[in-house]
Amino acid sequence: MRVMVCLSYVPDTATRPQIASDGRQIERTSVKFILNPYDEYALEEGLLVRERFGGEVLAVCVAPDNAREILRTALAMGVDRALLVRDEWTLDSFGVGVALATVAQRYNADLLLMGRQSIDFDSFQMASTVGELLGYPSVSVVSRLVIMEDGTVVAERDVEGGKEIVHTRLPCVVSVQKGINEPRYPKLPDIIKAKSKPVDEIVLPSEGPLCEIVAMELPQRSRAGKILGASDAELEELIRLLHEEAKVI
Amino acid sequence: MATILALVEADATGLKRSSAEVLTVARTLAMALNEGPAAVLLTGLPEHIEQAGSYGITEGVIIEHELLQTYSMPAMAAALTQLVAVEQARFILAAATARGKELLPRLAAKLKAGYAPDCVELRLQDGSIQAVRPIYAGKVLATIRLRTTLQVFSLRPNVFTARPVELPAAVAVRVFRPELRAEDRSAVVHEVIRNEGKLDVLEADIIVSGGRGMRGAEHFWMIEELAQLLGGAVGASRAVVDAGWRPHSEQVGQTGKTVSPNLYIACGISGAIQHLAGMSSSKVIVAINKDAEAPIFRVADYGIVGDVFDVLPRLAVKLARFLGKPLPERFQREVQ
Ligand SMILES: Cc1cc2nc3c(=O)[nH]c(=O)nc-3n(C[C@H](O)[C@H](O)[C@H](O)COP(=O)(O)OP(=O)(O)OC[C@H]3O[C@@H](n4cnc5c(N)ncnc54)[C@H](O)[C@@H]3O)c2cc1C
Ligand SMILES: Nc1ncnc2c1ncn2[C@@H]1O[C@H](COP(=O)(O)O)[C@@H](O)[C@H]1O
Repeated sequence: MRVMVCLSYVPDTATRPQIASDGRQIERTSVKFILNPYDEYALEEGLLVRERFGGEVLAVCVAPDNAREILRTALAMGVDRALLVRDEWTLDSFGVGVALATVAQRYNADLLLMGRQSIDFDSFQMASTVGELLGYPSVSVVSRLVIMEDGTVVAERDVEGGKEIVHTRLPCVVSVQKGINEPRYPKLPDIIKAKSKPVDEIVLPSEGPLCEIVAMELPQRSRAGKILGASDAELEELIRLLHEEAKVI
Repeated sequence: MATILALVEADATGLKRSSAEVLTVARTLAMALNEGPAAVLLTGLPEHIEQAGSYGITEGVIIEHELLQTYSMPAMAAALTQLVAVEQARFILAAATARGKELLPRLAAKLKAGYAPDCVELRLQDGSIQAVRPIYAGKVLATIRLRTTLQVFSLRPNVFTARPVELPAAVAVRVFRPELRAEDRSAVVHEVIRNEGKLDVLEADIIVSGGRGMRGAEHFWMIEELAQLLGGAVGASRAVVDAGWRPHSEQVGQTGKTVSPNLYIACGISGAIQHLAGMSSSKVIVAINKDAEAPIFRVADYGIVGDVFDVLPRLAVKLARFLGKPLPERFQREVQ
């Protein structure tokens, strides 16, 4: 089985983004970037699939040079190969999708694993986009994945008010959700070994963006912000406000 | 022909509210652009399409094909691609539900159309749409322009308001029969498992959410009973889910569910940015926290500075009285 795991290089959510002077992006230099938390589940699932079926796992990230650090993490966790598709934040999601699909085709991937969302833009779209570009089926937000010897795939995915069981087949694209597994922690010797492993790099011709950001702004706060104490009278006041002012009860 | 397609979902109870919101947005756009809107039924019974009339939509499309008898996302995307061509559609809108978020990017990629996910505002400027969406856990709002003629948007549920029209319109329903091959049905929903008896945070008007301030799973009955009293759902912070006090399905936040109920009551939740990312677009936010400096108060409409163990039982008694409902059982026992 040839598994490709897609890794997104995202700002740590603890950072406070500043908007750059062009008003269309954030100031990236002052921000700490990390491996997208959901992609750890994708990595773990890829390794589990390899343990069961044999084959190899390729980790791919479309990002600038600094993203090598997350590919090293993937190597330390146990992927066989790591590939950086160089892009200086010029691509939109569709462009990233095209790049990932191109790599998947060259690699001849049987299974693509992703996180359910990148915590930068929270688009939830990559699995569907790449699936379509490859002509593969895709299933998103999967919390349980069963792959059979004959290539049948059963995926459980979260939907409003419950779960959906989706049946599909390899080759396919799956985006995963927390709960699907417990990602392993790389051990120190593996981290050290990963430092000397190669991270391959390619540049792909890019497709012009289908969408562009014309402005970024910090959200305005427009909440009533009435802070009360906890006396009986104040709790009664809260109920009155919810009923008369906010009209929600 | 309808150049604005509003894709809608219905379940046993009829058209989903998030779909009604999409219809309202579609109608507003249609009036401003002077183009025809149509409602297209993704899931539900054929008669559900009639309900689009309540939101002023007069055209409805039902997609009929034996390969679509049970839902298949790739097959639906294939069918819609053909419908878009027939209708010469320019704008496609749907709610950012689990199915919407999975289907729309597939459809957009098939059509090479720009896609703006999870929008909280659509602005019309010189005949083109600018979409606003929160990014970086809601710390930034981005305005997006799609560069393609055909444009696809998903709308965050419960942010736009569904506005029924005074006189429901009659919906002229047409049946569209796509040409599908067995290969189009490459992934199929085999079964849907409902969380029985429990209201999901994604579907609730009111959410009562508990955080680490609740101190342990054994105290969550207060959150449950308060939610029950208000007819709402139980939510939780990630700290609580990680501690195993509550199931992951209840987690609200960037890496949990994004909710925007009419009323969100946060009990013993500090208001970390990742939590706010999932609930800050709620219509009304109430925070109960003993620390007056907790960041949750900065996004709250109403705050109660106090201890949840002191506040919740008294609040429940007063709410029950106000609503004219019996005090739920465990509160009754504990309050005596
Ligand atoms: C990548 C990433 C993703 C994340 N995703 C999410 C997510 O989706 N959802 C999420 O919620 N978090 C998420 N987090 C975690 C988030 O950063 C916080 O750690 C978490 O939200 C804290 O939960 P809490 O408010 O319940 O706990 P705490 O931060 O410990 O807050 C407890 C609060 O309870 C108050 N309190 C204590 N006792 C009482 C009492 N008796 N009465 C009243 N108040 C009391 C305290 O004053 C405090 O404000 C994420 C973090 C990361 C790094
Ligand atoms: N630039 C990227 N490089 C590699 N994988 C990516 C990239 N962006 C997104 N992904 C993958 O797609 C998933 C969903 O991202 P998104 O649809 O952007 O929210 C992520 O969890 C990653 O697995």
